[in-house]
Amino acid sequence: MKNRIRRTMMFLNTQRASLVKDPYVYGPDCVILDLEDAVAEGEKDSARIQLFNTLKYADYHGVEIFVRINGLDTPYYKEDIRASVAGGCNGIRIPKVEQASDVQYVEELVVAAEKEFDREVGSTMLMAALESPLAVMNAYEICKSSRRLMGVALSAGDFVRTMHAKRTTHGAEIFSARSQIVLAARAAGVMAFDTVHTDIDDVETLKRDTELIRDMGFDGKSVINPRQIAIIHDVFTPSEKEIRHAERIIIALEKNKKKGVGVLVVDGKMVDVAMIEGAKRTLELAKASNKYRGSLI
Amino acid sequence: MINKAGRDIPEEFLKEDQEGFQGQYYRNHYEYKKAAPRVKGAVGPQKSKLVKNIKEAVEKCGLKDGMCISFHHHFRNGDYIVSMVMEVIHDLGIKDLTLCASSLGAAQSSIVPYIEDGTIIGISSSGVRDEIGRAISSGKLKNPAIIRSHGGRVRAVEAGDIHIDVAFIGAPTSDAFGNARGKGGKSDCGVLAYSVVDSRYADKVVVITDTLVDTPNFPASIQGVDVDYVVKVDEIGDPRRIASGVLRMTQDPRELYIAELATKCLVATEYFEDGFTFQTGGGGAPLAVTRFLKPYMDEKNIKMGWALGGITQPMVELMKEGYIKALLDCQSFDMASVESVNTNSRHFEISTSQYANPLNKGAFVNQLDFVILGALEVDLDFNVNVVQGSDGIIQGAPGGHVDTAAGSKVSIIVAPLVRSRIPTIRDRVTSVTTPGESVDIVVTEYGVAINPARQDLIHSLSSTDIPLRTIEELRNEAYALVGEPRDIEFENQVVALVEYRDGTIIDVIRRPKGLE
Amino acid sequence: MEIKHSALAGTMESSDVQVMIEPSNNGIELHLESSVLAQYGEQIEKTIREVLENLGVSNARLIVRDKGALDCILRARVQTAIFRANDKVENLPWGEML
Repeated sequence: MKNRIRRTMMFLNTQRASLVKDPYVYGPDCVILDLEDAVAEGEKDSARIQLFNTLKYADYHGVEIFVRINGLDTPYYKEDIRASVAGGCNGIRIPKVEQASDVQYVEELVVAAEKEFDREVGSTMLMAALESPLAVMNAYEICKSSRRLMGVALSAGDFVRTMHAKRTTHGAEIFSARSQIVLAARAAGVMAFDTVHTDIDDVETLKRDTELIRDMGFDGKSVINPRQIAIIHDVFTPSEKEIRHAERIIIALEKNKKKGVGVLVVDGKMVDVAMIEGAKRTLELAKASNKYRGSLI
Repeated sequence: MINKAGRDIPEEFLKEDQEGFQGQYYRNHYEYKKAAPRVKGAVGPQKSKLVKNIKEAVEKCGLKDGMCISFHHHFRNGDYIVSMVMEVIHDLGIKDLTLCASSLGAAQSSIVPYIEDGTIIGISSSGVRDEIGRAISSGKLKNPAIIRSHGGRVRAVEAGDIHIDVAFIGAPTSDAFGNARGKGGKSDCGVLAYSVVDSRYADKVVVITDTLVDTPNFPASIQGVDVDYVVKVDEIGDPRRIASGVLRMTQDPRELYIAELATKCLVATEYFEDGFTFQTGGGGAPLAVTRFLKPYMDEKNIKMGWALGGITQPMVELMKEGYIKALLDCQSFDMASVESVNTNSRHFEISTSQYANPLNKGAFVNQLDFVILGALEVDLDFNVNVVQGSDGIIQGAPGGHVDTAAGSKVSIIVAPLVRSRIPTIRDRVTSVTTPGESVDIVVTEYGVAINPARQDLIHSLSSTDIPLRTIEELRNEAYALVGEPRDIEFENQVVALVEYRDGTIIDVIRRPKGLE
Repeated sequence: MEIKHSALAGTMESSDVQVMIEPSNNGIELHLESSVLAQYGEQIEKTIREVLENLGVSNARLIVRDKGALDCILRARVQTAIFRANDKVENLPWGEML
């Protein structure tokens, strides 16, 4: 499913034996099994084989699984794609995408793998990580590159380096990239994800950062440690007041739809049918945080 | 007989007063006459109780074949006392001894050859870890070892189930008359709680110190009036291993997640109110619980009445910040707690009898609201094993596990669902240390199981977002991950008895098949 | 598959398993050490033999040092050792054989 709640996408080192069994217990919306940065050069083959076995045997209780493959400038990505598709991952995260053709090239390989391993063609989603100034400049084109593309993610480490910028806690150095990416994603109708927060102990900055990207329109954030999940989900959880308001909007609009009235007043504010999507998203988020048990969604 | 914990206790171990386990409060109001030591009065003027060395002390005490000697484990992994004393005794050719220790671990591995050559034929201890655990498990000890909880050990001594002939008490400081403390000197261990009972119930008491101080060394944990001889040695232990500098706060996401869940459980109960009382062990998850309590106490605007047991830095800090009104310390785990018990007037040293003896007139464990405990195995009846490892070898210690689980209003077990491939939650524990009726809540990273006997807790917790599971569901989840474990195979030979805190036998431990 | 030369996979970390494989003319020689031998020894051996059979390895000497790895990890490490012993890192037969 291309569009769903994805507040947190948690990276997991595929090579580490002790980690594979239970990432889902921490409640991320999505797990990303990493074959790229977390895996040492000499262990790429081993990690890939473990990835396949994990996909085949581990039960993640329905939590979505993506695989971060190695970059298109490495000798590994083709076999990574075969193993990921054969194992039946939900999607592939392509690192260091610079242009639309990168995504399309991976798509060709995914199609071939889907056919080879008897997977339904089109069943493997793609997402692109944007890690350079060029990638950010091409964001809209990349977002429109493939029907399989579920979303795009900013990856700040490489971006900041190639910008000759400096990583800070206030995030000025990535503000333009964030703006551009979320804008492009929304324009193209795909999801947008923020970069990881690497200082695990700095909870305050993580909170502030997450509030910022939430308000900017991002759907979620990549995560490197399970401890960050609850903090991020918390930020994305609507307040009781917001939930009630959303409920009233939906009920009022549904009722009036039959009468053919498109605009009305709820809680003293004008609302129109265009707001129904936002209201439903509020309830989806509330439901994901166990704050909504109603039947409107 | 099959005892109340469902374990088969061979008849040969059930004779006279020795009963099988009959339920956690079976011996409530049990009447008994306390044992008493046989002592020699020191009537005339005395200059000092100092003797030249350990050998002279052993000889003057009249230690003979077949006697029982005792030690404490406040020096933990840095202890030199057991090794020093046992070497002397061995060289004197004394045999058939029983060791009544509060715990034994890696620091005492040097006694393994003495088990093999018959110098030591019996052991009563809480923990028997590492090589000693292996030696006992393989049947090298002539008599089955007796595993006793901290409270159970004091009870056994006071009730006369075990009689200590000579107690050897390592002390960081002592004066020449044997007034001894855990404080000061170069090997500071904070308190001497385990030894108090030894000093009062042993026929002969020897204090061994590396720091002689002026009389009076007050306030003294060990009273000079109970002490026969004092020995000064160069070093009683390795200070760096006695108290860990700092117990590192765990960064392990699994442990932290479990700790968070446990904290949520605790605060969701009706007992989380102003003046609540609390104990936790020194493991990663339990330590984190202490830290996680703070915001919940803020939110409810309440304070902790007292914290009990092994004391650690997070508790000391909470007390300094005004969140805890008193600390009751029977073991100082780290430098911060040693320092605090020396200086903070609300940080009290208590004896192990005050801490946990089930047959005195009310130990502090019985006033606990909450205790957070670990487990190697938990079974479908909520029985807990903390003694026997996955290979059947004795490698753990009940410590105060049994005592606090029975005494507290809410006992919370924190454990990962599986450790490497070994499932923690399983059909049946290898041996029972703490009976399921004492265990209220089991917290794993896969969810929380509440003992069905505690409907009140189920009621309190079901309105929260804590993921509640049945213990069977947790077991199923564990087996789905790792496969169903095969039962460990054992020989018939019983190598250890697990004694319940009240003196009944809760289980026996046999020799794992093929273990030499 | 034939074991062309010795190869190593996995680590000695907790929850992992180290598999060393060597050529042999003597069928399967399996030397197994495991921290969970008492409870899972049979299961571990069964899994190893199943992986060998699936990949058509009928002659090999294996030294397996297990630290409580889950079955899926064990499979992966044995498979990795076999492919490494064949210098095969690409075009693996993902699917039924693995």
